[in-house]
Amino acid sequence: MASRSAFSRLVPAITRAQSARSVGARLARGYASQSGHTMTVREALNAAMEEEMLRDENVFILGEEVARYNGAYKVTKGLLDKFGEKRVVDTPITEMGFAGLAIGSAFAGLRPICEFMTFNFAMQAIDQIVNSAAKTHYMSGGVLPCPIVFRGPNGAAAGVAAQHSQCYAAWYGSIPGLKVVSPWSSEDCKGLLKAAIRDPNPVVFLENELLYGVTFPMSEEAMSDNFLLPIGKAKVEREGTDVTIVAHSKMVTHSLEAADELAKEGIKAEVINLRSIRPLDIETINKSIKKTNRLVTAEGGFPAFGVGSEICAQVIETEGFDYLDAPVERVTGADVPTPYAVNLENLTFPDTNSVIKAAKRALYRTN
Amino acid sequence: MASLARIRVAVPRRVSLQPFARTIQTAADTTQLHQDASHSEPFTVKLHEDSFRGYRTETPSLDVEVTKENLLKWYRSMTVIRRTEQAADALYKQKLIRGFCHLAIGQEAVSVGLDSATTFDDNIISSYRTHPFVILRGGDIKSLIGELLGRVCGVSKGKGGSMHVFTEAFQGGHGIVGAQVPLGAGLAFAQKYHGKKHATFAMYGDGASNQGQVFESFNMAKLWNLPCIFVCENNKYGMGTSAERSSSNTEYYTRGDLIPGIQVNGMDIIAVHQATKFAKDWVNSDKGPLLVEFVTYRYGGHSMSDPGTTYRTREEIQRIRSTQDPIRGLQRYISEWGLASEEDLKAIDKEAKAEVDAAVEEAKASPFPDEKELWTDIYSAGFEPPAMRGRDREEVFRF
Repeated sequence: MASRSAFSRLVPAITRAQSARSVGARLARGYASQSGHTMTVREALNAAMEEEMLRDENVFILGEEVARYNGAYKVTKGLLDKFGEKRVVDTPITEMGFAGLAIGSAFAGLRPICEFMTFNFAMQAIDQIVNSAAKTHYMSGGVLPCPIVFRGPNGAAAGVAAQHSQCYAAWYGSIPGLKVVSPWSSEDCKGLLKAAIRDPNPVVFLENELLYGVTFPMSEEAMSDNFLLPIGKAKVEREGTDVTIVAHSKMVTHSLEAADELAKEGIKAEVINLRSIRPLDIETINKSIKKTNRLVTAEGGFPAFGVGSEICAQVIETEGFDYLDAPVERVTGADVPTPYAVNLENLTFPDTNSVIKAAKRALYRTN
Repeated sequence: MASLARIRVAVPRRVSLQPFARTIQTAADTTQLHQDASHSEPFTVKLHEDSFRGYRTETPSLDVEVTKENLLKWYRSMTVIRRTEQAADALYKQKLIRGFCHLAIGQEAVSVGLDSATTFDDNIISSYRTHPFVILRGGDIKSLIGELLGRVCGVSKGKGGSMHVFTEAFQGGHGIVGAQVPLGAGLAFAQKYHGKKHATFAMYGDGASNQGQVFESFNMAKLWNLPCIFVCENNKYGMGTSAERSSSNTEYYTRGDLIPGIQVNGMDIIAVHQATKFAKDWVNSDKGPLLVEFVTYRYGGHSMSDPGTTYRTREEIQRIRSTQDPIRGLQRYISEWGLASEEDLKAIDKEAKAEVDAAVEEAKASPFPDEKELWTDIYSAGFEPPAMRGRDREEVFRF
């Protein structure tokens, strides 16, 4: 429980985020309409919740430290002052209990945003998410819908070791009845969180602690109260013709950096930001494969039975397979419980070089 | 400092811990007439003095106002429910019902009594021994049996089965032991959020009472003063493990810490009715949650595969059947108080049997769900993914 002191975790996160901040700025060119607006991921998430709470009285947020503390990661900052204790509810440390309570309130017509301080702690509540939230609509023949968002930071943070560094995209991604979103940029976060809150189905919304402080450009549309992104659609962040790199969450940053590096060698990489894990937008992936004939997947989760594994399987099962000129390359987290020591941790999670290396292998380039 | 205030309030109530020395009595036929029974007007009866025990609270009044009409209605409901459960038993043995099937024979006073003091605006959520609530709360015998048979006329279109039954006024029907309790707290949370004066009854058994999430729910409900009544249906056995072998404290109504509780004779429907009214009044007067333990008994095994005799004696079952049966108890009240003749009651029995038999036949005639139903309701209509995969890459359903 000592590791509950999430605040201490903020420090390394912010430090690392600052180094990544420039990434977002450099990416500005990738956006269709330039508005001059920027937002951090944290601000975008906060804005999405505020707008949806203003729009719909039934939307409320509950979780540990979401109200008076302003959120363990400050994502819910200011919401208590704006909406009061009725709609911004601090819970005890009791994940299974408050997840179940949130689901029950969704059965009764509310639209809860259930924040987990991190998704590692949601494992205490995974039965409620899988068995109660995802399945009840089906089991009841449609009598009980479950409009709920489970959100919080997912995946590896920095220096917090095995129990606090795990990606749950594959876990929730395997469950019919759930939608699973893994946003990257501030636009992703705002548009997809708003869509998740309005969706009548249970949505697992996997944020990344290391991205919270990163600033991204925001288009004019994205600044609007009605900016929604469709759940289940990937986004081509960078067009290319030589190799397709499919990534989600923080690995999109590394993939775009890799594409920059590859470009210096004349390799035009297409980078797809998955945005949604379930439904998985296999059409966009296949469309890209038809153009590049080569595929690299990049994720921070464990390799076995992971997001990359699923993409491979779906490509093989669909027309994408016929267009592949090389084996699919998977870039993943290592198959080990996350170690604490910095040098070992560095070997555990992929970085820009891992993606470059895999892309070159897919292109049969050795250097 | 709020916590100090809470302790101060609690201390004087400790007087009510005294009745620990006495045990609850669970006979179904010990209620006495308090005045002459009337055929047209409500009249008062007096429950046995050991029908309730309280923890941090006074117990409900032993004087209960009843009407002939209600007593006969309850008798009819309990009879229909037992007949339906017996029909399910037979259908299971004919291999027409698949998987698990948990019957509530012996526990009819709890479901009918609880329903009798609630409206459809109240929520009831429970585990998987919940067939009676379908019949009582907006479904019917056909839609229940249809669900057990996996037919399209079932309450869940045949997709839930015995354990997963829902109606507009009954929130299920949940298969994971104890998981329905926080869900119930959430239903109560929504009632409070919407400012409604209704109650949620979150039911669980003596077996589920030891799940951690049950205590998590108690804590939040008390902390937030939710209109939630936690109902422990103590039928003495969680599968084959007796209450004494599973629970360090078998006084389930005392397990809510600061939440007051009452223990109730769950075999006498009049006691159940009175306790439910008491509980509804409790939460509707903003006193926060309440624990209610109904002491009852399950005649059959845990599920159909359990003969129910390895962990208890046949004599025990026989003794309770012959001395504490809730239907026979009510039957006796009706006869002794001159509300209906034996012939009248037999006519009700006959009618109930005919009604159940007819419903079973109708349910059997209902087709299995259309194959398209495999894909509906996974997601809410209009918000589905473009396609869902079947067993191989060619079995793909496009929405």
